[in-house]
Order: sequence, then C-alpha cells, then structure tokens
Amino acid sequence: MKRTVIALFLGTALTLTACNVDGGGGGGDAGAAAGKRGPITIWYSNNTEEVAWGKSVVTAWNDAHPDEKVTAQEIPAGKSSEETIGAAIAAGNAPCLVLNTSPAAVPQFQKQGGLVPLDDFADARSYVEERTGEQAKQYESPDGKLYQLPWKSNPVVIFYNKQAFAKAGIDAEHPPLATYEEFLATARQVVSGGGAQYAILPAPTSEFFQSWFDFYPLFAAETGGRQLVEDGRATFAGDEGKKVAAFWQTMYGEKLAGQEKYNGDAFADGKAAMAIVGPWAIPVYKDKVEWGSVPVPTSNGTPANEIHTFSDAKNIAMYSACENRATAWELMKFATSEEQDGKLLEATGQMPMRTDLEGAYPDYFGKNPAYTMFADMSSRTVEVPNVANSIAIWQKFRDAYSSSVIFGRSEPDTALTDAATDVDKLAAGS
Amino acid sequence: MRTLLGRHPIGLAFVAPYVVFLVAIFAYPLCIAVYMSFHDWFFAAPGAAVDRPFVGLDNYATVFSDPGVQRSFLNILVFLVINVPLTVVLSLGLAAALNAAIPFRTFFRVSFYVPYVTASVAVVGVWLFLFNADGLVNSVLGDLAPEPSWLVNSGLTMPVIAVYVTWKQLGFFILLYLAALQNVPKELYESAAVDGASRLRAFWTVTVPGVRPATTLVVLLATITGANLFTEPYLLTGGGGPDGTSASPVLVMYQRGIEQGQAGLAAAIGIVLVVGVLIISLVNRYLLERD
Repeated sequence: MKRTVIALFLGTALTLTACNVDGGGGGGDAGAAAGKRGPITIWYSNNTEEVAWGKSVVTAWNDAHPDEKVTAQEIPAGKSSEETIGAAIAAGNAPCLVLNTSPAAVPQFQKQGGLVPLDDFADARSYVEERTGEQAKQYESPDGKLYQLPWKSNPVVIFYNKQAFAKAGIDAEHPPLATYEEFLATARQVVSGGGAQYAILPAPTSEFFQSWFDFYPLFAAETGGRQLVEDGRATFAGDEGKKVAAFWQTMYGEKLAGQEKYNGDAFADGKAAMAIVGPWAIPVYKDKVEWGSVPVPTSNGTPANEIHTFSDAKNIAMYSACENRATAWELMKFATSEEQDGKLLEATGQMPMRTDLEGAYPDYFGKNPAYTMFADMSSRTVEVPNVANSIAIWQKFRDAYSSSVIFGRSEPDTALTDAATDVDKLAAGS
Repeated sequence: MRTLLGRHPIGLAFVAPYVVFLVAIFAYPLCIAVYMSFHDWFFAAPGAAVDRPFVGLDNYATVFSDPGVQRSFLNILVFLVINVPLTVVLSLGLAAALNAAIPFRTFFRVSFYVPYVTASVAVVGVWLFLFNADGLVNSVLGDLAPEPSWLVNSGLTMPVIAVYVTWKQLGFFILLYLAALQNVPKELYESAAVDGASRLRAFWTVTVPGVRPATTLVVLLATITGANLFTEPYLLTGGGGPDGTSASPVLVMYQRGIEQGQAGLAAAIGIVLVVGVLIISLVNRYLLERD
C-alpha cells in the first residue's frame, strides 16, 4: 500500500512537472532585435546549383561585411525541409534565414511563433512590392503582415517527349494539347500508338503536396488564377474544379495515367510521354529526352499568354531565434538584388520573383530561349493559399481527390463538395 | 526509515540508474503526451506567446470520430491479425529446423537474420521492385497478378505490409526461439521417442509447451512493434495509400502532429494506441500463460 502511495506521489509530481511545459512568456523586444547587427547563420537548399549560388552570395557578403559574418549550411537532413525547420523552431535553434521556405508551411511556422514579420523593417513592404509587384499580395498572411520574402518560382508546364509523340503519329512540333478534349485524344493516341505505357504519370500517392503537380496547375489555369481557398472558403468544389477533376478522372479511368507511383523518373525512362514540371527540368532532361513544352490545358483552350499555373515557389523567411535581425534583413535584400537574382537565374534556371523578368535579364533569355516560356508564365503564377491549417487543408483535399479521382472509390463531385465543407472549417481555424 | 527503504537500502542505489532512465525516457514524455492530449497543443518557439487552451476530451472525441484515424486503427488490427500469428508460426518452425543438425545451419541462421539488421529504407526499395505492377512477382504470376496491383490494391496493401514486416523481423524472433529451445530438456524428446511419438507429435507436445514463455515474449514484442508501424506504410505505399487503406496510427500521428501541427490530437492518438496495445498485450499474456 505504501509503495502504491509513493508511486502515486511520484506520478503526480511528474504530471505537475509536465504541466509546466506550457510555460510560455514574452517574445523578447522585437523592436530592439530588428535593429541589431552581427554574425548570423542561414540555411539554404541542398541541390547542387543552389548550394553553389548560396556559397557565392555568402562569400560576396562576408567580403563586404567583415563585422556581420554569415555562416551558411544546407538545410539539415530530415523527412522534409518543413519538418526540419519546424523542429528547429520548437528547439529554439532555427537559423536567421532559410532560403528555401515553402509558402505552404508559413502559416504553421507563424502559428508556432517562429517567424519574424518583415513589417518590423521600415523599408520591407516597399522593397517587396517594388521587386515582386502585385504578386506579392499572395504572400501576405491573414493578419496583414508579411512573414516571407517572395524569392523564386518554378511555374509548372507540360513537358512532352517528342520521340514518343512521333512514334505514335502525333505532330511533335505542334501537338494538340490545349483543351481537355485535345489532351485526352493525344493521350489516347500516344498510349495506343506505343509511344509510352502512360501518357502522363504524376505521383498518385497520398502526400499533401502531390496535388500541386496534378490538380492545382490545371485548376489555376481553368479558373484564371484562383487559389484553392479564397476569402476563407474552398473554391475547388465549383464548376471549374469539377471539370479539372473530371479530366483527371478520365485520365486514370482509361489508364492514360497510372495509379501506382513509379520508382524512378517516368519521363526520363520513357514510362510516360508527358510530365508536369518546372524550369528545373530543362537541365535534368537535356541529354535524356528530346522534349517540347506547352502550358497546362484548359477546358476551352485558353491562349498560352493568358494561362495561369502553380508557382512551386520557395521564399526567404526570417526566424524568431535570430538575434541580429538588421543584418538578416540586409542579407535578404542583398541575396534578392538584381545582381544576385541574375546569378540565381544563371545558376539554377529558377525564376526570381521580380517584375518584368525578361526585361531585367534580356541577355540570359536571349541565350536560353527554352526558359522564355517560364519567364512569361512567372507573371501568372498562383500560390498555395496563405491560411490557417494550410497543410491540413491540402491533406484533406488530397485524401478526397485520391479516393475519388485516382482510385474511383467515390464520385468526385460529391467527394470535392464534402471536402470543401471540411476545408471551410479548417480555413476558419477550427 | 527501514519501512520506506526496505531491508536492503543499497538495492535502491543499484536500481536508481534504470529508474532515472525510465523516468526521463518513458514516464516524463508519457506524462507530457497525456497533458498535450487534453490541450489544443502545437510545438512553439521557446518564449513565444501562444495560446494552447485546455480542450478537455475534444482530441479524444476526434480520435473516435475521424474516419481517417478510425481507418488507421482498423488497418493496424488487420496487420496484427496477420503479422503476429505468422511471426509465431514461422519463427518457431524455422527455429526448430535451425536447431536441428541440418547442413549449412550457420549460413541459414545468418541469412534469416540479415533482413532484420538491414535498414528498412533499403529493403523497402527491394520490395517495391518485387511488388509493383511491373515487378518480379507480377511477372511470375502473369495473368494471375492482382488488378489493381499489390501496393495500390486497397484489399492487399495491409497484408503485403504484414508479410513484409514478418519477413523482416523473423531473424530476431528466430533468435529468441533458438535460445528458448536450448532450455527444453533433451530427455523429454527421448521419452516421447520411446513412447512412439512422431517428430510432429514431439514438436507439438514437447517443443511448443517447452517454449511457451518465449512465445509469450514473441507475441508481446510482435504486437508492440507491429502497433508502432510507420516506415513501411510511409515508404512502401506512399504515405498510407491507396486512399488511406495502409495508414497506421503512428503514420497518422506523424501527419497530424508533425506535418499539420496538431500535436494535441497526435498525442491523443498515441495515448489511445498505448492503451489499446496494453489491453491486447494483457489479453495475449492471459491466454498464453494460463494453464
């Protein structure tokens, strides 16, 4: 009995100790931190081209600012960058800047108290608006503040394999892919004509972000640039969303798209004749596939110069563990200056999010015409909605889409309508 | 004092390191998990002024009403029903075979143990090539291959994962049984032989009862590790697909707690899972240890 009492006492003590984990407290003096200068740490992406660009930026900065030294490293390995950054926020050891912050993760990082509003810096708003223009509005948080600096986009388009199309008897220079009807007819022909096993093979798996590379680009194009959630309401259960869902349902139903994830690069391996990709694909497929590119289709064949698409953007955010925030802000501006943006474009082919991209770098686009289409589309990119429960919303949508459109276990119209009801609640913060 | 510390107070010093370990690694996090499960909890930056209100049983209500969470518990039940008996039967049978004087015994013992010590990520890659639509298994089966294929077939994903995990962990459980078999008195086999028992009869009446304590351990460990399934649905079926039919509670905890920032709900799923595993383990123990 006494031992039971002792055990209960210890258990209670532990529980009470656990209760203290809620601690909390003030967030420090943001105003003072915004004015502090000194050494800072930053993380950047781990792809080879961006690492090379990042190192050159840091070297240039450190040479010019010996008292405000920047230490840089690749984002530590994890299941995803967002998970790693989220853990770093909770542990209090996030770097000052992460030059690869996913816009979809920003609402969560903000909720965690992990981000610094750039509005703390007097010139931030004008700098962002001048550099990025109207599109910057997509990155504003529901509280009206800006927690991310729009940095670079990867507008997604359709790549097609010219040899596969030619083999199936399709005009490889001007393939009919503008409308859903044309796209489906071409897809049927490329499969039946032996061009490839599948017309296209976007990952059919359940991860929340997979909809960014099948449904969302076509939804952005079909709606003329609407986000998945607008004014706190889901938009995908309307007529346009249903048309896009019906299009993909036909693709999966007729086995023009595969229900199983391919363990490799389906486009490079000739498993699929088309792929939904961003400008990063140009160097990747350079020596592997003779490719052509077209914008994503719409139901009525919207002219190419009016088509919107998903941005697949990555931004720069400042994290609240940062002490020398004035230095961090200056580095943000330095890394997104016209000169550094040009070097980023040169090194990676990703589109800096600034107005009149082609006008800013005429030499680059003159020498690299394949990127011109992406530059044009970069002015009509649609971002993921910056709302509460962003990831949960995407997962809810993905589950409904996956169940109905990919695997045909329910009617897409019903599934999307039901998901929209849940998404409305999530967007309201519940 | 003697009543409090017992007859041999030095014993407390000997157990203290493990008690500290247990408190720090298990009890304390468990208490925090219980606390989190009653709050609208999420991980926040140190010192950040955030609101994580007490929500009573809301998270538990969600656990028992959310179709995705319910589905994951059903999935893990299917997994355990296949995995645990299969593990016991195969590991005991193979251990008995490997305990006998067969040729290449050491080679076979090592072979069965290799998958257990190989990283799951690497082995999953091999199984993906075996079981995808164009994989080796379907090539061998030809027209008998299931449609949709194994890893995208809602009725087959969980059985495939259960078989995979059984195969992967078999080496460890064989090892447990091999150790237990050394304690079965040889005289019992001799007596059985004298009484005219066949090898099968001797296995059933001597070996099986002789390793019963090991069987209890194998069932408990297989249940506990099985209930914590994560890597296989995460990698083998692309995040619990198709359509959530291979999602496990731990995978859903990861999605809700880490990806979606609903750590309070994830903690509630974890607590329900712990309680469920405890109940199953107690029932198993009762059934296996009763005379």
